[in-house]
Amino acid sequence: MNEWLNIAGVLFIALTIAAGLIWVERRLLSFWQDRLGPNRVGPFGLAQVIADTIKLFFKEDWVPPFSDKPVFIMAPGILMITILLTFAVIPFGGDFYVFDSNIGILFFLGNSSLGVYSIVLGGWASNNKYSLIGAMRASAQMLTYEVFMGLSLMGVVMMADSFSFQTIVEAQKGGWFFIPQFIGFVVFFIAGLAETHRLPFDIPEAEGELVAGYHSEYSGMKFGMFFVGEYLGITLISAIIATLFFGGWLGPSFLPPVFWFLFKTFMFIFLFILLRASLPRPRYDQLMEVGWKILLPLSLLNLLVTGAVLIFLK
Amino acid sequence: MFSILRSIWLTFLHLFHKSETVEYPEVKPYLPPRYRGRIVLTRDAENMERCVACNLCAVACPVDCISLQAAEDENGRRYPEFFRINFSRCIFCGFCEEACPTYAIQLIPDFELAEYDRQNMVYEKEHLLISGQGKYPDYNFYKHAGVDMGVKGKGEGENEEKPVDIKNLMP
Repeated sequence: MNEWLNIAGVLFIALTIAAGLIWVERRLLSFWQDRLGPNRVGPFGLAQVIADTIKLFFKEDWVPPFSDKPVFIMAPGILMITILLTFAVIPFGGDFYVFDSNIGILFFLGNSSLGVYSIVLGGWASNNKYSLIGAMRASAQMLTYEVFMGLSLMGVVMMADSFSFQTIVEAQKGGWFFIPQFIGFVVFFIAGLAETHRLPFDIPEAEGELVAGYHSEYSGMKFGMFFVGEYLGITLISAIIATLFFGGWLGPSFLPPVFWFLFKTFMFIFLFILLRASLPRPRYDQLMEVGWKILLPLSLLNLLVTGAVLIFLK
Repeated sequence: MFSILRSIWLTFLHLFHKSETVEYPEVKPYLPPRYRGRIVLTRDAENMERCVACNLCAVACPVDCISLQAAEDENGRRYPEFFRINFSRCIFCGFCEEACPTYAIQLIPDFELAEYDRQNMVYEKEHLLISGQGKYPDYNFYKHAGVDMGVKGKGEGENEEKPVDIKNLMP
């Protein structure tokens, strides 16, 4: 397939899903709370996405006079860029990907680390104590979970013998990796949840304590970038879980591979939203404790056992 | 750990529960007959205004949203010259209904009072007065009262005795 067509396709799918999630999340949350959710605008309330977007664009785009202006304006862009760049290495279908990097997983991990900058700079440039506290929390949380997010993926890398997403998907033709790498899957899922700072790990933006955390001062489409960036992050983590642990675009051949990839991705997006609907926010020190004392040793153990078994089988 | 998974599962099951939402403009909620909503002025069975402009409702009103001016017709029967309720002040407490000696002022089960212009929230007498009898059919204040206002003669009302003949000593 044409390269430009792939780029356009990946961008279109990623941004459409991210924008559509505004509606999907509100609707699903309301079903889980025995409500109906937005169902007025258009069929099933689908035009709510358009209405929300128009609203965001027409809101006053206010830059606080006490802020560090260039950094303040740059911060939301960094988030979008890092996440959208990562979509480049994810195979949506057999030959539907932007580029097949032989360091795909490292590219993803590096980009998600860069994403921390967006939040730290956003919180710092806002020159607001709540934003700063939120940014500090976010950076500590994301650095903590970054550590074993990478480690939890190394089991998959060892089994597939490659960092390339495409090769990892093809290595799963014999069986999906979530069975041998179940611990890795669980640890990566929790780390991904913390990495996108979604509920229940939304401590950086805990609205009860920090107003809205690092994006308190943002309005208009700059807030919208953080907002859509969060949904893009969910889509990205879900897509990576589907790719690395659930066979990516592999599936019965009566439907195109893109369908299977999107189907699996959506399953995890729903799981993300379900977790938001059901779990309360942990305390900050509990989050750190679970990270360093349970999940890090667990992922190291998983790494050791996987390595030992692989050597034994050779 | 188990309780976390359990709460996730229980939340998921709510997908199949019935929604509590009432889709309001299409589905109207049931309002009991004694619901305190919009205020109306009723008429008696003879299609005459019940209100005798006694001002008790205006006195009872805790937010002073009722104002009226009394007048008399050719029979000496009192009626309000104007009767004005400011619904942007009204708290729908129903004290006016309780204070009314003639069942004229009544609260009915209608709450859809929204207006685009605040001035439209002020209801005049022609907006308030309805042609029906409201919650108390066949009640006419003047059929019980002693005074003659062209409804009945003196002493001819219900539960009312004939006036005493002051020029007669017989009991």
